[in-house]
Amino acid sequence: MTAAAPDYTLAELCIVACAEAWRNDGEILATGIGLVPRLAAGLAKLTFNQDLMMTDAESVLVAEPVPVGPRGNYQVKVEGWMPYLRTFDLLWHGRRHALVGPVQVDRYGQMNISAVGDHAKPKASLLGVRGFPGNTLNHPNSLFIPNHGPRVFVADEVDVVCSIGYNPARWPGGVKPADLDLRLCVTDLAVLDFGGPDHAMRVVSLHPGVMLEQVQAATGFPLHVEGTLPVTPAPTAEQLEIIRTRLDPHSLRATVFKGNPGGVRQAA
Amino acid sequence: MADKRMTPAQVVARLQDGMTLGIGGWATRRKPMALVRELLRSPLKDLTLVAYGGPEVGMLCAAGKVKRVIFGFVSLDVQPFDNHFRNARQAGQVAASEMDEGMVQWGLRAAAMRLPFLPTRVGLGTDVLKLNPWLGTVRSPFADGEELVAVPALKLDAALLHVSESDEKGNCTIQSPDPFFDDLFARAAKEVFISCERVVPTAKLINVQTARLQPFERSLVTGVVELPFGAHPTASAPFHGIDVQHLADYNAAATPEGWADYRTRYVDLPDHDSYIRACGGYGRLAGLSLPVF
Repeated sequence: MTAAAPDYTLAELCIVACAEAWRNDGEILATGIGLVPRLAAGLAKLTFNQDLMMTDAESVLVAEPVPVGPRGNYQVKVEGWMPYLRTFDLLWHGRRHALVGPVQVDRYGQMNISAVGDHAKPKASLLGVRGFPGNTLNHPNSLFIPNHGPRVFVADEVDVVCSIGYNPARWPGGVKPADLDLRLCVTDLAVLDFGGPDHAMRVVSLHPGVMLEQVQAATGFPLHVEGTLPVTPAPTAEQLEIIRTRLDPHSLRATVFKGNPGGVRQAA
Repeated sequence: MADKRMTPAQVVARLQDGMTLGIGGWATRRKPMALVRELLRSPLKDLTLVAYGGPEVGMLCAAGKVKRVIFGFVSLDVQPFDNHFRNARQAGQVAASEMDEGMVQWGLRAAAMRLPFLPTRVGLGTDVLKLNPWLGTVRSPFADGEELVAVPALKLDAALLHVSESDEKGNCTIQSPDPFFDDLFARAAKEVFISCERVVPTAKLINVQTARLQPFERSLVTGVVELPFGAHPTASAPFHGIDVQHLADYNAAATPEGWADYRTRYVDLPDHDSYIRACGGYGRLAGLSLPVF
């Protein structure tokens, strides 16, 4: 056992919690969209799942995760080719697990990155559905939400349903698609999954210093809770060392949360 | 043997109002921007665009050229949103036919194979079908009886692509690490116009080892336009990277006055050389580093 390091930031706590998404995945493509998910995929590969495949976020598969930010003399360790055509081939074949950052999520795990408001004349036009429809029908997906609140975890369905979720009313023929598999949801307050009754969102652990009432109040729908909740595990010294020196040497993760807060919330 | 070299003006002269244009590349990589600027200067209107969208979509929307966009995303990568496209969307000015990224290549592939559609599961259970009533569903004729989405062929009147090098007949290479779906855009189109960093003799362009860099055969190519840095401000690896500063300035110019100023500085110019000079000259552009993500 490695002793828990005394000091860590909320961003580092979230990276470690997100890495868990890929622990038991074996030899699949790990795709982390955004800084925290990408660092988390790298951490998973450098610690408990060395079989993971990942890319340089451009066009090649790499034998070890590429550090984020300016690379200096670092040479990318290429182990294969992954142009977008092959990415579609691979993801439609199913051997991938993506960790994504939607703008809205509903009780069914349906996600929105397309538009807020009416799609024909939106209040805010966002990215587009991108690969969300195909990803969620074909391989496991996890979520990272850095701003857990009722505007993200909405009370009704999301404004534009970009991904398929656990909403039987939308399933083809009313039957759950075979490869629909939403896994973890890591936020700035807690770790959740879809393990409640009928795949309801369930609280798995609370980040240090966070109360369950806080998490429920920040969520637009009821969360499932079983028994006494554990605290999200603190990063180990080994994990922090890998994040700080190998994966993110320029500390880009310090920009994820305003003021780069510590991982342990102080009681108000 | 045909010499297919053309000027940008000769390319745009072959296009008409209301056409469906496919634009190659992906977001901020290998977009045929010099040809797009020629489009911006033309009187063409009511275009339908099919693209893995980058700044060309926002520019054509800002210039009022676009009726409809068929897309999976529009992004400037370094900055996630193109503000010009957002303005057009939020004003309800363009019809948004928004699909999964994979469905776009599937529709192009159907057109490339001259099929009416290709089936996929992608889109089921999401709003993609509701937002695109022109998509269909089809039932498997086999024992599984599965209901699938039918992505109709995305037939293009013309495709505009930026490749690496070409000979005068349209034998071309894409030397950057990802060819994206330029081959499908080419095969889905009635006419294909390629811009390239340079036109070179066939014997210098390609050999047995490099033949696999050719994305499609010359019989698909209508016109070849030599436009060094013709993808600027997007990247054309291995020749040059993304002009991050230029894209930021463009994205910050998403007001009527801002766009008018951008047009004056970078679009309403007599020729491609003037554009390169306005952007700091060939030396500066050659020094733009390749993208790091």
